[in-house]
Amino acid sequence: MTTGLLIVQILNGLQLGILLFLVAAGLTLVFGVMDFINLAHGVQYMLGAYLAVTFVGLTGSFVLGLVLALAAALVIGLALEFLVFRHLYERDHLDQVLATFGLILLLNQGVKMVWGAAPLSVPVPEFLSGNVALLDGILYPTYRFALIGAGLAVGALLWFIVEKTRAGMLLRAGASNAPMVSALGVDINKLFMIVFAFGTMLAAFAGAMAAPILSVEPGMGDNILILAFVVIVVGGIGSIRGAFVGALIVGLVDTLGRSSMNDLLRLFMSAPSARAAGAALSSMLIYLVMAIVLFVRPEGLLPAKGRA
Amino acid sequence: MSLASADAPGAARESAPARRRPVVAIVLFGLLALLPLAVSLGLPPHWMTLVTRAMIFGIAALSLDLILGVGGLVSFGHAAFVGIGAYATGIMITEGQTETLLILPVVLAACALFGLVTGFVSLRTRGVTFIMITLAFGQMVYFLAQALSAYGGDDGLTLYERSTVLGFDPFKNRVAFFYVVLGVLLACYALVSVIVASRFGRVLRAARENATRVSVTGFHVSRIRLVAYVISGMIAGLSGFLLANQTEFVSPAFMSWPRSGELIFMVVLGGVGSLHGAIIGALAFLVAEDVLAGWTEHWKVIFGPMIVLFVLFTRGGIVGLMRRLGVARHD
Repeated sequence: MTTGLLIVQILNGLQLGILLFLVAAGLTLVFGVMDFINLAHGVQYMLGAYLAVTFVGLTGSFVLGLVLALAAALVIGLALEFLVFRHLYERDHLDQVLATFGLILLLNQGVKMVWGAAPLSVPVPEFLSGNVALLDGILYPTYRFALIGAGLAVGALLWFIVEKTRAGMLLRAGASNAPMVSALGVDINKLFMIVFAFGTMLAAFAGAMAAPILSVEPGMGDNILILAFVVIVVGGIGSIRGAFVGALIVGLVDTLGRSSMNDLLRLFMSAPSARAAGAALSSMLIYLVMAIVLFVRPEGLLPAKGRA
Repeated sequence: MSLASADAPGAARESAPARRRPVVAIVLFGLLALLPLAVSLGLPPHWMTLVTRAMIFGIAALSLDLILGVGGLVSFGHAAFVGIGAYATGIMITEGQTETLLILPVVLAACALFGLVTGFVSLRTRGVTFIMITLAFGQMVYFLAQALSAYGGDDGLTLYERSTVLGFDPFKNRVAFFYVVLGVLLACYALVSVIVASRFGRVLRAARENATRVSVTGFHVSRIRLVAYVISGMIAGLSGFLLANQTEFVSPAFMSWPRSGELIFMVVLGGVGSLHGAIIGALAFLVAEDVLAGWTEHWKVIFGPMIVLFVLFTRGGIVGLMRRLGVARHD
C-alpha cells in the first residue's frame, strides 16, 4: 500500500471513528447517568438520516435541512421518552433491552412504510462538493473533511459542556451516583430528560451528517449501534473520553484492517486463500480487539470516575 | 423462605402444588404429541411445519432460559450458537457427510468451544456490559458467516440432503421428523430440569440473587456460570442442527442479532426461569408471527409495539398469568 493510500484509509478510519463517537457519546451518557440501556439509540441515528433526506429535499438547503431534521428528531425522541423510556428507568436491564428491541422492530419497519425499502441519498452540499488534493495528487472529498471537522467540533463542545459548565458537573455527578445527586435536591427527572434529549440530538446529527456519504436505508442504525457498543465496552461505560478513544480505535482498526488484511496475508499464503481469510479476519478484527481489551481491563480503557 | 412456611400447615400448602407442578409440562407435551393426529383429522398441514419449527426454537429458548432465567445472565448473542450448529451441519452435509452420529459431535464441540472462549471473556463483566459483549460476539460470528464465500457467504447455503442416522433417513418423513424434534425437546427439557434441580443449579440460582455471598461461601461463581453458559450453548447448537435439517438451508440471517432478541422475547413471553414457559413462549411467538405475517407484510409494525406493551404492562409472562389463575405453581 502506498503512503497516499494509507493516508486516505486513515482519514476514512477517522471519519468512521467520528460517527461512532457521536453515536456512542449519547449512548454512554444515557447509560452512565440513567442506568438505562437503549437499543433504540441506533434507530435514532437512522431517523436523523431519513429526516435529513426529507428536509434537505424540501428546503433545497443542506444546512437548513440539517437544522430541521435535528429539531424533528428531538421531537420524536422526546415523544418516545415520554411514552416508553420514562417507564423503563426503574426496570431491570432485561425489560429495557426487550422494550427498546420492540421499538427497533417498529421503527425499522415504519421507516420502510414511510420512505420505502430502497436506499435513499442526500446530495453533498454545493459549498462542500469539491476535493482536496493530498500528496501524490490523490484527491479526498471536501465533505468528508468537513464531517471529520464537524465531529471534532461537536466533541470539543461536548468536552466543554461536560467539564466546564454547571449542567456538565451535574451530569458527571449523576454518572457517578444518581441517587446522591437526587438527594442533594437536583431535579433528577429533568436532568434525565436533558441528557436523553442531548443523546438523541447527537445520534441524529451523526445520521444526518452521514446521509450524503452513506446510503440511507432501513436497518442502517443497527450496525452502527453494535459498533457503538464495542466502542463503549472498549472505552469504559459512562465515560465521554473513553467513548472518544474507543471510537477512534474501532474506526481506525476496522478501516485499516479491511483495507490491509488482504495484503498482509498475501505475505504468508496464496492470493485466493488470502482473500478468503482476509475477509473473515478483518470482519472479526474489532471484536478481537474488544476481547483483548476486556481481558486486560474488564472495566474498559478509560472508565468513568467513581463507578465501581 | 420465611419461618412461617417451615411449620406444618405451610409445608402442606407447599407440597400439594409441588405434585401438581409437572402437570403443565405433561399437558404441553401431550398436546404436542397429538398434533400429527389432529393434522390427519383435518388441521391444515401447514401446522406441522409451523409447530416443528416452533419446537426447534423452543429448544433454543429453553437453553437460553438456563443462563438468562436461572443464571440471571442476559445473553444477547444466543442466536450465534444456533447458527454455529446450523452451519456445522450444513458444511458437513455439503461436504458429503450426512451421518448424524458424526455431525452431532462436531456441532456440540463447535458450540462448546465457542461458548468456552466467548464465555471466558464475557463472564468477566456483569450486567449491561455482558449484554453488549454477547451481542458483539454474536455479531462477530454473523460477519464471519457472511465472509464464508466457500459456503454461500451472504446468500446462505442450500442443502440438497438431510442428515441420516446409521444409513436410515428418519428426517425425510414429516411425521417422523416431528417426533424426532419432540423427542429432542423432551430430552432437553428433562436435562435442563435435572440441572436446575441439582446442587449445581441451586448454586447458579443463588449466584443470580447474590454472587458475592455465593463466592464467599466457597463456590467458584465464574466457573459455574461458564459451565452453564457452555451447556446452554451446546443445547442451542442442537436446535441449530435440527433447524438446518428442517429448512434445508443455512444462512447468516440465522444468527443476526434480531434473532437473539427474539429468543429473549420467547423466554420472557413464556415467563423467565420457568422452563416449560420458554417452550410455551416459543410456540406463542411463532404462531403469532405466522398469523401476523399472513395478515400484512408490515407485521413488525404491529409486533414491535406488542413487545413494548407486553414489557410495560405484564409481569411474569404466560406462565405468570397461569400462576395467577392458579394453574401452575410458583417455584
